[in-house]
Amino acid sequence: MKKSAFYGALVATTLVAGMASAGTLDDVKARGELLCGSSSGLAGFGLPDANGVWTGFDVDLCRAVAAAVLGDATKVKFIATTGETRFTALASGEVDLLARNSTWTFSRDNDLKLDFVAVNYYDGQGFMVRKDLGVSSAKELDGATVCIQTGTTTELNLADFFKANSISYTPVTVADDSEAQRQYEAGACDAFTTDASGLASSRSAMADPSAHIILPEIISKEPLGPVVRHGDNNWGDIVRWTYFSLLIAEEKGITKANLNDVIAASEADPAADPETKRLLGIGDNDMGVMMGLDKDWARRSIGAAGNYGEIFEANIGEATPIGLARGLNALWTQGGLQYAPPVR
Amino acid sequence: MSVAMDAPKDGFRLSQLIYDTRYRSYTIQFFVMLLFIAFLIWVLNNTVANLAAKDKDISFGFLWSRAGYDIDQQLIPYTNDSTHLRALFVGLLNSLAVAVIASAFATILGVTVGILRLSKNWLVARLMTVYVEVFRNVPLLLWIIVAFVILGETRPGPKEFKVTDEMVAAGQAPVGEMWLWDSVAVTNRGTNLPAPLLDRPLGGFEVMGVPINFSTIAVILVIVGSVMANRALLRRAKAVQESTGVRPVTWWKSLLILFAPTLALLVAMGFHLEYPVLKGFNFQGGINLAHSFTAMVIALTLYSATYVAEAVRAGILAISKGQTEAAYALGMRPSWTMNLIILPQALRVIIPPMISQYLNITKNTTLGIAVSYLDLRGTLGGITLNQTGRELECMLLMMMIYLSLSLMISAILNAYNHSVRLKER
Repeated sequence: MKKSAFYGALVATTLVAGMASAGTLDDVKARGELLCGSSSGLAGFGLPDANGVWTGFDVDLCRAVAAAVLGDATKVKFIATTGETRFTALASGEVDLLARNSTWTFSRDNDLKLDFVAVNYYDGQGFMVRKDLGVSSAKELDGATVCIQTGTTTELNLADFFKANSISYTPVTVADDSEAQRQYEAGACDAFTTDASGLASSRSAMADPSAHIILPEIISKEPLGPVVRHGDNNWGDIVRWTYFSLLIAEEKGITKANLNDVIAASEADPAADPETKRLLGIGDNDMGVMMGLDKDWARRSIGAAGNYGEIFEANIGEATPIGLARGLNALWTQGGLQYAPPVR
Repeated sequence: MSVAMDAPKDGFRLSQLIYDTRYRSYTIQFFVMLLFIAFLIWVLNNTVANLAAKDKDISFGFLWSRAGYDIDQQLIPYTNDSTHLRALFVGLLNSLAVAVIASAFATILGVTVGILRLSKNWLVARLMTVYVEVFRNVPLLLWIIVAFVILGETRPGPKEFKVTDEMVAAGQAPVGEMWLWDSVAVTNRGTNLPAPLLDRPLGGFEVMGVPINFSTIAVILVIVGSVMANRALLRRAKAVQESTGVRPVTWWKSLLILFAPTLALLVAMGFHLEYPVLKGFNFQGGINLAHSFTAMVIALTLYSATYVAEAVRAGILAISKGQTEAAYALGMRPSWTMNLIILPQALRVIIPPMISQYLNITKNTTLGIAVSYLDLRGTLGGITLNQTGRELECMLLMMMIYLSLSLMISAILNAYNHSVRLKER
């Protein structure tokens, strides 16, 4: 009994580990489908709609990668992962790419053997409380009960923040966002803490969003971004540059709508912006070949859901129920932090 | 056996390993063993190779690094500066707390229900049947969630216990009301009970970070001493009764011996209760039991008690009716018959299935994850695993711990089973 259980687990681990091999690009092409680790339901970032079609800010990044690699933005299979299972799912090869508001940290990068290829959302941890609680600052939360999602960096930030301010709290550790939201709404905790973007998303899904406020304190840096397995640099580059292509497109004013016009104009005009030409593979530019794709990769990635700004506004921007401002996520040219290296 | 007798005696040939029934089984066993060992080596090799391919090693060093997270229920002191190892023990103790309390309640409830189900009272017997069938046939996880949601959604929040001056002036009572002379508050988050405190404690010390409290030890020693003194008193009373035929009056002496020393010690140490008081967001002071804990205990008790009840019923039914009739013929009351004749014999049948019930309760505590109860699965197998990314190590450790726990429980109960089994003379 003892032995069989022990080795049974080892066998299971081995089988799963055996599936993860180098050459993710070849695997994806052979499979004809991108496996994308998504959140288990966070409005605006990754959530299946009424027809079962996944939509969201992180989802659109997966679609852009699928378009660049496979030529079809719909060839993505979204796999819902919780805060607990996401990195295991990635490490074991269950997903090719994890786009699930995961924070880039030192230990995840080095100890978990993951590669964070970019930061698609600069975030910070905040607190949400009911308006009628009469609290206006997180420092007034002494003795409060706080709901947190387990397996996240927020759990550790929370402990540090309360310790630094010499105040106490009772943690209620919850497995995923939707359960945390249920407990918070049921009054099982005074405050709900997660990334500020996640709070905005949760609030938009509540019965009466105006009854809740997000406190002004942002207690941590939470750079969220897509993650790939360590060691497959080519695949990492593809995801990274697909993301950068969306940023550059916004910078150059290339949108989903005017993409074909820009291509036509650039082809006709020898004096057109050379970086746009290199990005879109116009003339004899074939930069995409360098990373194992073809020269039209960026046309497809931009054509999937539009440029970075379009994806932002469509899913989480100020016109949506989530209503997030660009803030730190504006382009560097507009005072934000989103900056793509040149295509050269 | 005639085959063995007829075997040729002229030396040993290799072909005998296959064709001779005396040796064939050894040959088969040898090759099966060889295959099994080869399989183990392949599995281990594969694991190590795959981990190495991902630049990972097997190391338990993370147990000594800072945990960094908080745990709401802790039976030994723990802060977020403690190590992952300590978080492991906090989780283990939380698992054991639920398992022990649920086992005790399930035994009491199960034995009662098992006996009542055999009652001659039609209504009582049917009610017990309904209880057993309903709880036994719905998955435990659902009962845990139901208990948790009922506790959380029906009780008022801590804020609603607040009594403001305007409410006093208007003669209004708050929505939430404390029970038992304002000593117990059940909010939508947890149950707040008064905590026993001492003004003049006897001090204590720490062994490997586990506080040893002299006051508690003193109280336990005094209670054990009292019980032993009471036994001596009863023995003497019995001796007097046997020699003179008159039993001396002992009840007030028993009461005095049992309770006076403990009470005296408690008074000397300045025993008092600290009542929970609403302060800020929550009730402060006293003992706070989170609803995740209460829900686990309630659900595990109600669910497991049905199995205990069935085991008890089977045990009682296994005792021949003649035993009851003989006891009645001697003029014994039904209650004596049950306690002195039937149950002691039924124990032989009841205990083996009870062992597996206690094992089940212990293993079922891992379902606490559904209601965010931080047991061993929640700390070591949940947060620690996540924060360190050491899946293999954490899972192996957890399996080892649950395995040793189960084996220990089996060993203890098997020893007990041995002591109550039929003595054949």
